[in-house]
Order: sequence, then structure tokens, then C-alpha cells
Amino acid sequence: MNTNASVGRRIWLITLPILLICTATLWLSPFLWMISSSISEDSFSLDMASILPRLPLSLENFKLAWSSADWPTLYINTIIFSVGTFIIQLITITTAGYVFAYHEFRGRTILFYLLLIQLMIMPVIMMVPNMMTLKELGLLNTLFGTMMPYFASAFGVFLMRQAFLNIPKELEDAALMEGCRWWQTIIYVLLPMTKPALLAFATVSITYHWNEYVWPLMTLNDPSQQVLTVGLVSFAMGAESGGQWGVISAGTLLVCLPLMLVFILFQKQFLSSFGFSGIK
Amino acid sequence: MLKKIYLYLILAPTFIFLILFTYLPLFRSFSDSLYDSRYAIDGEKFVGLENFYRLFDDPIFWLSLKNNVIYILLTVIPGVLLALFLAIILWENNRINRWLRTAFFFPTIIPLVSAATIWTFIFIPNLGLLDYYLAKWFGPMNTNYLGMSQSALIALSIVGIWKFAGYYMLFFLAGLQAMSTSAREAAIMEGASRRQIFFHITLPLLRPTINFVVIIALIYSITQIDHVVVMTQGGPSNSTSVLLYYIQDLALNSHDIGKASAATFISLVLLFSFSVFNLRILEKGVHYEH
Repeated sequence: MNTNASVGRRIWLITLPILLICTATLWLSPFLWMISSSISEDSFSLDMASILPRLPLSLENFKLAWSSADWPTLYINTIIFSVGTFIIQLITITTAGYVFAYHEFRGRTILFYLLLIQLMIMPVIMMVPNMMTLKELGLLNTLFGTMMPYFASAFGVFLMRQAFLNIPKELEDAALMEGCRWWQTIIYVLLPMTKPALLAFATVSITYHWNEYVWPLMTLNDPSQQVLTVGLVSFAMGAESGGQWGVISAGTLLVCLPLMLVFILFQKQFLSSFGFSGIK
Repeated sequence: MLKKIYLYLILAPTFIFLILFTYLPLFRSFSDSLYDSRYAIDGEKFVGLENFYRLFDDPIFWLSLKNNVIYILLTVIPGVLLALFLAIILWENNRINRWLRTAFFFPTIIPLVSAATIWTFIFIPNLGLLDYYLAKWFGPMNTNYLGMSQSALIALSIVGIWKFAGYYMLFFLAGLQAMSTSAREAAIMEGASRRQIFFHITLPLLRPTINFVVIIALIYSITQIDHVVVMTQGGPSNSTSVLLYYIQDLALNSHDIGKASAATFISLVLLFSFSVFNLRILEKGVHYEH
């Protein structure tokens, strides 16, 4: 290696981390601004775009944001929507995954392919026909109806089937011989052995539904049924006309906070499960 | 050891939901498109293919299709390239790199609507984050990024890239870590340069991951439209109306279910042919892996 190249390489090795740190800071700047403007007292000034908080600091914006929307209801509905969907998915994906992994029956391949069609066309694209179906079932404007299109998840079944396939069939046979019912076998023998897959699915599913906006916007009109994302937008639009960006930032933080806290606490598991998961 | 009939019963709940919300809507989008639902008093009226004619006559439909293609190009290519670049640079697992990865991944966990509310402020003329900092270097700025047809779609693309590039990076990191090192080691022994190793060994081995990420990025660029609803509502003068936004707007604001169903049917046909094409590429990718 000639000296010129090695000097160039050394400069590159020094500048690259600095460049990367600058880019990462730039990447985080929307967050930094959101946090600093939510805790700054004056919410409208020429310097309001500064990343640094403006003194004096106060929690006034959070108080205002909290009082201008029905947050407890929004939180409860969002938890029902995201965690509830996951719990029902858990039943469908483990049972279907189990059947597809361990049992031979007529039409198995065809049914499996029929299932995989869902991977190609996500429910979001079919929101208009699904909305009409809910309307006929009388479930429009209910949280339960809004959750229904997600109750069966091809991705989840695929993931669980894959996880079960890694457990020898002899184990399942043995459990059945010992007198376990099939569902007892799943709950007590198979599920504990597929924790990583379950955890991955839980993270992706719950995050996805916590963050979902357009579909709940279309199906839920009643304020008592609304979820956080829909509530945030109507609240932010009201505050935007008054230029109350500090209050909007506080409200936005209130929506993101639960997931952000969970992420900071379980960062490692979170990151690996996302990488593991692929499409929802 | 379970009776066969039980197997079907166990599968039944899953398939009932699949039928109701995956197969039924495929047919529904077509059958609903044959009715006009705008006559509140008479109820629905059978109109044949009229909704399709009205759709094809609507310049906004074609504009939305065009905008969507532009949006896909503006987000998928830079997003995937950036993710690949970040993954390669942050490949080595040390403390600084873990911090940097977290920083780039962070936008993934917040809702797209929250990202959209923050970015709305960033793009505000004069007062917003972008103009505020640009003004420090280049003098007073007063650009209405979201209010001009030339820049609005680009602004939305930036939000899309920011939101998802860190997510794609994770797949590349996983792909790189799963890759066997033997080929690379052999190449180093042979005296190959870093560039040669990258283009002739790392990149080809990463092909399946690249295909996979491109497909996810494509799906996301069509289905994730929350920022369009929040930041521009398709405007100014429909310059940011994308396909799904157009459908959503027809159903929710114009209550034109017939035309919305026709548009849904067309996009399903497009997406389906596109998916079949993708699957073929994916299958090719699988051969590559071994």
C-alpha cells in the first residue's frame, strides 16, 4: 500500500465517524425540537424553531395538551385496539400454525397458498370494501369492527409454523400420548419453546396497530371510540391554527411516549424482533 | 393423532376472518363498483361499468397514479440505498455504532401521523426548522415547501425516507450478519481490493436481502399515506394525491363508494400482477442463497 493511500485512508477513518455522528444528530433533530419546544414556556416566537429549549422551562404545554383532548379514553381505546388485536391474533396464528406445521390433511397446500395471498394484499388497500362489510354487519363505528380485518394474520401463521417446525414432532406426539389435549400441548409444551417468534410478532403487531391512522379514521366517528392517532390529528389541527406548536409537540409526545419508553427499556429485544420479522 | 375433522375446525376461525376480510373484499371491490351509491333517497342503483368510465375520465385519478409512481421512485431508491449504505458503515458491532443504529432506527417506532405533525412544522415558511437553520447560513428564507406543487411531493418523500430508512437498515444488518465470511476471507488472501470485495462478493451475496427490502419498501410506499392526509390532503392542486389517498378521499369525503370501489379494484389488479412479478424475483433470490 503506498503512503498516499494510507494517509487518505486515515483521514477517512477519522472523518467518517464525525460525519456519521452529525448525520445521526440531524436525523434526530425533529425529536430534539419536539422535546425542547414541548418544555419551553413561550410557544410562539421567532426562535421557536431552535433545537435548544427556550428558558424558562415549564410543563404548561403538557397541561394544556392534556386538557384539550380526552386522553384517558384515547389511551384505553388504543390499548384495546392494539393489544386486543394481538391477543386474538395469538389464538388464530398459534392454532393455524400448529395445524400447518404438524398435520397432513386434504387441501393443506392449497389452504396454505390461499393464506399467503394475504401477504401480498395488505388490508389497508381494501379499506373501502372492508368498510362496506363492517357497515352491513352493523360493526362500523365500533372498536371491535375496526380490529376484525386483522384477526387473521398470514404473516403470523407463517412465522409460527416456521417456529413449530423447528420443534421435533416427537415432542408433540409424546405430549399427546401422555394424555394432553391438543390445545394443552400448544399452551404448555409448544408455546414456551417459541418465545422469540412470539415476542417478535407481538412487537411488530402492537407497534403497527398503535401507530395506525387511516383505517381507524375511516371506521370510527364517535369520539368515545377514537384512538390516539386520530385524536392527535384533530387536536393538532385545532392548535395549529393558533400557532401553538409547543402544545402540539407536547401532544405528539403524549402519543409516542408509551412506545418510546418500551423501546428504551427493551431496546435489544425490540431491534432484534424487528429485524427478524419482515412484513407485518 | 387428531381426527381430520378437528383439523378443519381448528383452522376455521382463521379462515373465516380471511374470507371476510381478504377474499370477500377482492370480489366486493368489483361488485360494489357496479353500483352508484350517491343517490341517498333511491338507495343504490345498478350502473354497470359507469363508475369505471367516470374513473378513467377523471384526470385526478391519472394524476394520482402518476404521483404514486413518482413517490415510489423518490422514496424506494434513496431509502433503500441509504439503508444499505448505513448498514455497511455500521456493520461492526461496537458502542458508537450501536448508538448510531438506534438513532437511525428511532423514527420507526413513532406513528407516521406524529412524524407528520413534527415535519409540518419543519416545513413552515420562515418560522419552521428548515428555513430557520437555512437562514443562518444563506440569509432570510421564506419557502412554502408544502404549499408549492413542485416541492410538496418531494417534501413528503423526505418524511417517508426519514421514517423508514432505519427500518430497512435493520434487514440489511441482519443479512450482512448472516452472511458467511469464507468467500470474503478467500478474496482478501487473493489480494482483492475493498471495492472489488464489495461489488463482487458482498453485494451479490446480499441479493436476496436487497430484493426483500425493495419489496417491503414498495408496499410501504403505496400503503403508508398518513403523512399525505395530515400534511397536504393531496394538495396543492392535487400534486400530492397518491392512489390510496385518492381512494380514501372518494370514500370518506365525497361518499362516492362506487367510484372508490372501482379505483380499489384497479389498484388490486395492479398490485396483484406486481406481486406475482415480485414473487418470481424472490424465488430467484432464494436460489441465490445456497
